[in-house]
Amino acid sequence: MLGNTSDRQRIAQQRLRIIAGHLQGPVDGDSAILAAECKAQGSKTDVCREGKTVPRRRQEIMKWNGWGYSDSKFLFNKKGQAEFTGKRYRLSGMIIPGLKDWMEGTFGANLQHKTPATPLLTSSAVQPATLNKAFLEELKSTGIPFSHDAEDRVFRAHGHCLHEIFALREGKFGRVPDMVVWPNCHNDVVKIVELACKHNVCVIPYGGGTSVSSALECPPEETRSIVSLDTSQMNRILWIDEKNLTAHVEAGIVGQDLERLLNESGYCTGHEPDSMEFSSLGGWVATRASGMKKNIYGNIEDLVIHIRMVTPRGVIEKSCQGPRMSTGPDIHHFIMGSEGTLGVVTEVTMKIRPMPEYQKYGSVVFPNFEQGVACLREVAKQRCAPASIRLMDNEQFKFGHALKPQVSSIFTSFLDGLKTFYITKFKGFDPNRLCVATLLFEGDREKVLQHEKQVYDIAAKFGGLAAGEDNGQRGYMLTFVIAYLRDLGMDYYVIGESFETSVPWDRVLDICRNVKARIIQECKDKGVQFPPLSTCRVTQTYDTGACVYFYFAFNYRGLSDPVHVYEQVEHAAREEILANGGSLSHHHGVGKLRKEWMRDTVSNVGVGMLKSVKDYVDPDNIFGNRNLL
Amino acid sequence: LAQLAVQLHRDPMLKKRDDFEDMLEERRNSSDLRYALRCYTPVLYKGLAPCKASMLKSMVLQSDQLHHVIGQVSRETGRAADDVQEEASAILEEMAHCLQLSTVRFFAFTLSKVFKTLFRSICVNEEGIQRLQQAIQEHPVVLLPSHRSYMDFLLMSYILYTYDIALPVIAAGMDFMGMKFVGEMLRMSGAFFIRRSFGGDKLYWSVFSEYVKTMLKNGFAPVEFFLEGTRSRTSKSLTPKLGLLNIVMDPYLKGEVYDINVVPVSISYERILEEALYAREMLGVPKPKESTSGLFKARKVLSEDYGSIHVYFGQPVSVRSLAQGRVNRCQFNLVPRHIPRRPSEEIQSFVNDSAYRLVRAQEENMVLKPWVLLASLLLQNHHQDQTAGQKRGMVLEELTAQAVWLRDMFREYGAFLHWPGMNTVLKVVSSSLSLHRGLVRVCGQVKPGEPHSTVTPEEELLSQAVIVLSCASYRNQGLHVFLRPALLASAINAASSNLKQEVFNSFSFLRNMFSNEFILCPGATVQDFEEACYLLVKTGALQVTQQELLVTERGQRTVAFLTSMLDPFLQGYQVVCRFLCEEATENLTEKQFVPAVRKFIIKHLLAGRLRYTEVLSSDLQKNSLAALLRLGAVQKIKSRSESFNTALLRLGAVQKIKA
Repeated sequence: MLGNTSDRQRIAQQRLRIIAGHLQGPVDGDSAILAAECKAQGSKTDVCREGKTVPRRRQEIMKWNGWGYSDSKFLFNKKGQAEFTGKRYRLSGMIIPGLKDWMEGTFGANLQHKTPATPLLTSSAVQPATLNKAFLEELKSTGIPFSHDAEDRVFRAHGHCLHEIFALREGKFGRVPDMVVWPNCHNDVVKIVELACKHNVCVIPYGGGTSVSSALECPPEETRSIVSLDTSQMNRILWIDEKNLTAHVEAGIVGQDLERLLNESGYCTGHEPDSMEFSSLGGWVATRASGMKKNIYGNIEDLVIHIRMVTPRGVIEKSCQGPRMSTGPDIHHFIMGSEGTLGVVTEVTMKIRPMPEYQKYGSVVFPNFEQGVACLREVAKQRCAPASIRLMDNEQFKFGHALKPQVSSIFTSFLDGLKTFYITKFKGFDPNRLCVATLLFEGDREKVLQHEKQVYDIAAKFGGLAAGEDNGQRGYMLTFVIAYLRDLGMDYYVIGESFETSVPWDRVLDICRNVKARIIQECKDKGVQFPPLSTCRVTQTYDTGACVYFYFAFNYRGLSDPVHVYEQVEHAAREEILANGGSLSHHHGVGKLRKEWMRDTVSNVGVGMLKSVKDYVDPDNIFGNRNLL
Repeated sequence: LAQLAVQLHRDPMLKKRDDFEDMLEERRNSSDLRYALRCYTPVLYKGLAPCKASMLKSMVLQSDQLHHVIGQVSRETGRAADDVQEEASAILEEMAHCLQLSTVRFFAFTLSKVFKTLFRSICVNEEGIQRLQQAIQEHPVVLLPSHRSYMDFLLMSYILYTYDIALPVIAAGMDFMGMKFVGEMLRMSGAFFIRRSFGGDKLYWSVFSEYVKTMLKNGFAPVEFFLEGTRSRTSKSLTPKLGLLNIVMDPYLKGEVYDINVVPVSISYERILEEALYAREMLGVPKPKESTSGLFKARKVLSEDYGSIHVYFGQPVSVRSLAQGRVNRCQFNLVPRHIPRRPSEEIQSFVNDSAYRLVRAQEENMVLKPWVLLASLLLQNHHQDQTAGQKRGMVLEELTAQAVWLRDMFREYGAFLHWPGMNTVLKVVSSSLSLHRGLVRVCGQVKPGEPHSTVTPEEELLSQAVIVLSCASYRNQGLHVFLRPALLASAINAASSNLKQEVFNSFSFLRNMFSNEFILCPGATVQDFEEACYLLVKTGALQVTQQELLVTERGQRTVAFLTSMLDPFLQGYQVVCRFLCEEATENLTEKQFVPAVRKFIIKHLLAGRLRYTEVLSSDLQKNSLAALLRLGAVQKIKSRSESFNTALLRLGAVQKIKA
């Protein structure tokens, strides 16, 4: 992508864009509703407010009962071929010839057996809102926009756990927030939280809605009025400090906007979690998120310089931006991972980096998973991991293969055939054992090429064969479309989910084997009629361990309560992870889904510490989403 | 005391067991040579990375665990690491098997010949074989045969070869190595050799455990060992040894394999090759050292008839399911797994309980031959004769009638009885008696065989005891069926009233006392009591009311029979107590104990003050000492002047057992 334009030209263009940005006055999309104070704040260098992805009414562009944009989805066309609709992704508008066979072969799914979702959101099925009159009156007087429209409320009542989406597809809604508010700036949030405390209203912060830990579910036992505090309109970059390479950003901004806007100024944060299209900065902070390219840029805790959070006790923030401090326990670590139980993150100062000059994808095929893991371990040992390095197991390799779009030229398909022949016949790799690592290098061109050679040399020691840029790039593209694929599966009796952990190096192989086997066994024991897909990949490397991602899906035909079965299997899989030395979560967080294991994870005293912080900061449990503890 | 009303025990009568096939039948009808040379292609573990015996060795020597221990030993002793490494390598050389198919084929050929002469049939449950085959593909497998004879492990390999199943590697005691040629042959047929004791030797333990684990984890071959540690001389199952079980469970507990299948195998002999040897050994004639020439002398056994063998491959037990809810595997999260650590208490108790469960699974599937019943009846009759001072024996018809009664009782209690159905009872009895003509004589009346030429009364007593102990060992085969009801029957006898609580206390005391003698799972007193009550009530021998336990009219005979089953053991423990009270001096060492107590017992037997010759069994004496030590009635004191393993036995307040 970047290779075509000459670098000098590109940088020059970027500078021009930045200058243009500075000259542009602040432009307000929804200026009518903006409170006066926020405008005043906007008079600081408000870098850009154009092209924001997330409108207040999410339903305008997003699905209400599935992943992502309304215009993008997988479907089987009249010819029975899979295709991906829309124009947003590289895969959009393409035919994926192998997907049907893969789905039928892997799950025993059948295109004749459909399980369509309820097409429309029926507002009458949603519980009527419990409103706190006094709160409502005072809120109105502040001019902060709000809504108690059923659609708005349903959109903010869930994340993307399987059970949440499954219920939506069946048109079932549990407890949903009673109203939604859209603060426009930090001060709006301060006002809302003050009012909530005054009138004893429960506040649940909402960022991008991509949670997979039941963190957004409203506790059914909550009797107070629940207000969903949607930060999506707090999405400006307030300033960029090029001397110190920091940017001060409102916490509601979603990943893709943040990167795009910074790119316009020639910078990036480099923080790219798989959900970055929709997840928000505040959400990353609240869950301790991790990005694909953390090897260069670090995880969220490495990227954050300063945090502002509004709590029932007031605003918490540090007084300076020193790069490191020895001032007792780092208060940022009470905030990061607090999962919305202590307050709302409103503004964050983050590290930024100049955009990389050069990017290159790559891939390596290994004869088996064991060799692949050994190679990643060696790469980590030598501390030469590229921006991203991921190792897929055999099942996932096959899955990736099934998602290859139709190739237009005979030449490409001939080449593919040759490659396959070379690897399986000439090199003797067993197609049922081989696995593939995908790589992404970033930096200046010279160094990238040097780095690439170093990594490929290590791979060669473990029997790895370079398998081309294309395979690598496709691997990363899949990251963004895989969530769409689950919706397709759910149209045909297939349900699934991914979950993750982190584990020391010496345990990686064991945990992968055992968790996959446990999933298969549990499915069998719970009466699942078809063999499940149980696969994993190593997605991050650290000095002392790795992050492992599991994907698990099965065909639920013949089961009366598939979600319950699914939950039992996932529960068993998590027990297996813990028993094999894995962590409760690497970056998804605990939410309500995993909180039963918190005590074992952090010890009694640990839970007590966290509790006492909560008791001090939020004695009335205003931030009552009941995550974590 | 838990409510008796809630009886959830499965009815032992309903136990489903597989049918048997005689594998010798085909051997008698087709060429042994062709059989020995046939194509052998066993199914293997799905995750198997094929490797040779030599590769195994290098994997062991390069393992993290061994590296760690070598470093540790080298630091502690100041020896060079290379030096220690070499020692490890030598240990491994001495230990490792080198399984070779050609040797296995040789054995297949010779053993076919031998087995056909010795045994009428070797019956195997083929469904069990199929289950095993399945298990081997899924997870690493551990085979746990019962151990009653040297024959066991050759027999196991022979069966597995016949059914085209992966040949096991077998943990064998170092004593076999004494037999030069044979030792090597066994090594080549899959045996690996371990020293009998290596308590303090870290390096040895490390090489050994790593070797076993490596074979298991890689699915190289099923690992076979004897839970009981040694051959049971008494045909009672022995208290399980936990060392190897700990080792083979470790890879599962540490997450190195998904699961391990443990397969208990019950091998029952109609007539044990070593029967007289065992009896002599327990009477103090030392066991002959294994030697090749000794083996050839043993050739005379070839001319005899040893009846049939039944081998039952039990249901594979998943270690994962055993550990479910018992072991928190997170305990291994905080220390590198290759650093050897003493198993936690949780794990020790888990392994111990599992071991008991597995031994009980072996017991349950032991096939009982009619002779077991006859031996029990004959012994009881013999004891009555002893008391009466007569030598009458038993009328064949009476024996037959009693055998029928006892057979039905065995069945009711869920015994795995092999009673040939098509023959008349008399025929069954006669054929059993003739097979064991070394022990019984039929001369109008049946009685345990008489010793021939005797000189002194003591010698006469001892040669009489050889016969009695042999008979007792056959009776013991069936003991596990009645053990719990028998403990209850004895408890009812001993208790001062019929009150449930009283009986339970008495039961609990006896059970505790005998837990070195029989397989009684630790901590399962209440379950055992309930099981015993359930069985006796079910068979109409007992009535249980809210408060009391009452023996019914028709239950008298049963209870009397059950009580007299345990009686010899009770008397044995009593006499040991009496010995300790009356004769033990301040500095009795452990080594001196058995000879001294034997002398004491002989004296009392000759004087007619003791009823049971059986109490001469050193096995019983040792068990009772162990029980007294465990109960704190006797104390072991390490003395400075004497060598390490002779400890003084100091007598505490020896609890007298009330009879």
